[in-house]
Amino acid sequence: MLKNVGQRTLIQLILLVGAILMALPFLWMVSSSLKHELHIFQFPPQIIPNPIRWLNYPEALANPNAMPFHIYVKNTVIIVIVREAAVLLSASFCAYGFARLRFVGRDIWFGIVLATMMVPYIVLMVPTYVLFARLQWIDTFLPLTVPWFFGGGAFNIFLLRQFFRTIPEELADAARIDGCNEYAIYARILMPLAKPGLIAVAIFTFIDGWNDFMGPLLYLNSPENYTVALGLALFRAAVGAFGSAGGRARWDWLMAASTAMVIPVILVFFALQRYFVKGVVMTGLKG
Amino acid sequence: MSAINQRLSSWGLNSPAARRNITGYIFISPFILGVLIWFLVPAATAGWLTFQKWNLITAPRFVGLDNIENLFEDELFLQSLKVTTMYTLVAVPLGLVLSFFIALLLNTKIRGISIYRTVYYLPSIVPAVASAVLWAFILNSEFGLLNAGLRAVGLPKILWLQEPEWALPALILMSLWGLGATMVIYLAGLQGIPDVYYEAAEIDGAGAGNKLIHVTIPLLSPVIFFNLVMGIIASFQIFTAGYLITSGGPQNATLFYVLYLYRAGFLHLKMGYAAALAWVLFIIIMGLTVLIFKYVGSMIYYEDTR
Repeated sequence: MLKNVGQRTLIQLILLVGAILMALPFLWMVSSSLKHELHIFQFPPQIIPNPIRWLNYPEALANPNAMPFHIYVKNTVIIVIVREAAVLLSASFCAYGFARLRFVGRDIWFGIVLATMMVPYIVLMVPTYVLFARLQWIDTFLPLTVPWFFGGGAFNIFLLRQFFRTIPEELADAARIDGCNEYAIYARILMPLAKPGLIAVAIFTFIDGWNDFMGPLLYLNSPENYTVALGLALFRAAVGAFGSAGGRARWDWLMAASTAMVIPVILVFFALQRYFVKGVVMTGLKG
Repeated sequence: MSAINQRLSSWGLNSPAARRNITGYIFISPFILGVLIWFLVPAATAGWLTFQKWNLITAPRFVGLDNIENLFEDELFLQSLKVTTMYTLVAVPLGLVLSFFIALLLNTKIRGISIYRTVYYLPSIVPAVASAVLWAFILNSEFGLLNAGLRAVGLPKILWLQEPEWALPALILMSLWGLGATMVIYLAGLQGIPDVYYEAAEIDGAGAGNKLIHVTIPLLSPVIFFNLVMGIIASFQIFTAGYLITSGGPQNATLFYVLYLYRAGFLHLKMGYAAALAWVLFIIIMGLTVLIFKYVGSMIYYEDTR
């Protein structure tokens, strides 16, 4: 597509400058997380900290001014695992109905699935809280897990429906002739074949669950129930302001805790990158 | 088994068509139940709440239209509406154009392209809280990266988070760091455009600009439209940055609508008033979506309508 070398170089150059700008906040975060407290305030800032201070990490993640982070990690992992099970089962079950079965009203209901993707859920924040309060679910993990058993999110139903539609119908027809019912076809034929789509959904669910702030902020009260996102916000309140924790704002600790929270997301991204891309392409608005 | 079949056929439910319908509805039943429990019940509750004065503790009291009338005398409500509208008007178009431009560049076959794609995409999956803590530091007027950059090129420092006129631009700048989410959707769309269109345009003598205007943009218009609608819906719901970085300040310059809604409901425990605020937000977002569908939707080019 690109004919001349000049054009190519120009694109390279723009991309390089942009990439540096995008990467800078990351580098700054990691670099600051390894600096000695006093070097945080130095100008010009050190790019590679000298000396490198790994101790910031244990000091941040098990800090006397706040809860130790391993409690938050445990809570988040519990919530994410339950949510994964809920989403993978429930969304795929619904998606099978939409992708492979013909029944009265199917397209209307699928229209509702698409419409719920556009509902600004935040407007239901107050009444949903009231509902959970009535159920006495506040300060438990239930508000952060149970709703996912009901369809697993419109986006995930949509993604898996798209995926199921790419699997040849003949396989299911052959199974039907052998006497399989729809439930068996779903469980034994479609699910194993849909593994890449399910992995994509699992990745999105993990990232959403790990990153979620609003949900835990609304529904969890006691710090021992906090997730990592909420715990990091609490930690910032504890050591992030002037005069807190007996002195300066501890940006070195805050950057260490932030880096630690980002690492699992980045690891999942790199480990499962190709499924990620597949997921995005699947929802590429076709069909 | 036969007893069940008899019962079913007595209801006319044992025909193949009826059984197909039942199976279909069993499969989608989790979603239907979800819509009822997590959507219709809260929506009905929100309707009821709007006419109540309730602090979650004592008994709710019917107050008629008080909550709605109070909206129009509430300066903070108007301020939050103004802040959120300004944020949306700048951040959404800026993000859409910039991410489109980057997606175009990332859709070329140059060396190191997959590394570039990763670098541009990654910031968008950084957790909102980690991103807020990081940007609170970057925007710090004394020790932040941004002012260090300004100082290095001899410019005076800016009090990003202390001055009302700078706080919102600072958060808009921060939002651009996450443009990878939009960019990757564009990129998927661009990769779906077959090369033959470009080849045909070249034979007709089209240059790069003509190809962009007559091939890329029309074929990508559904994706642009999707990003526009979703961008506006998301932008009106912005919360975390205002809550964690600026607490809505200085002087309410970053008092986003949802932050105000959150405070009304969960800080001041005015559930009825918060419900009224939520209805207004819902009406705004729905209204905008309908307008966009009506006026922009007709400009979209659909390749085939299957």
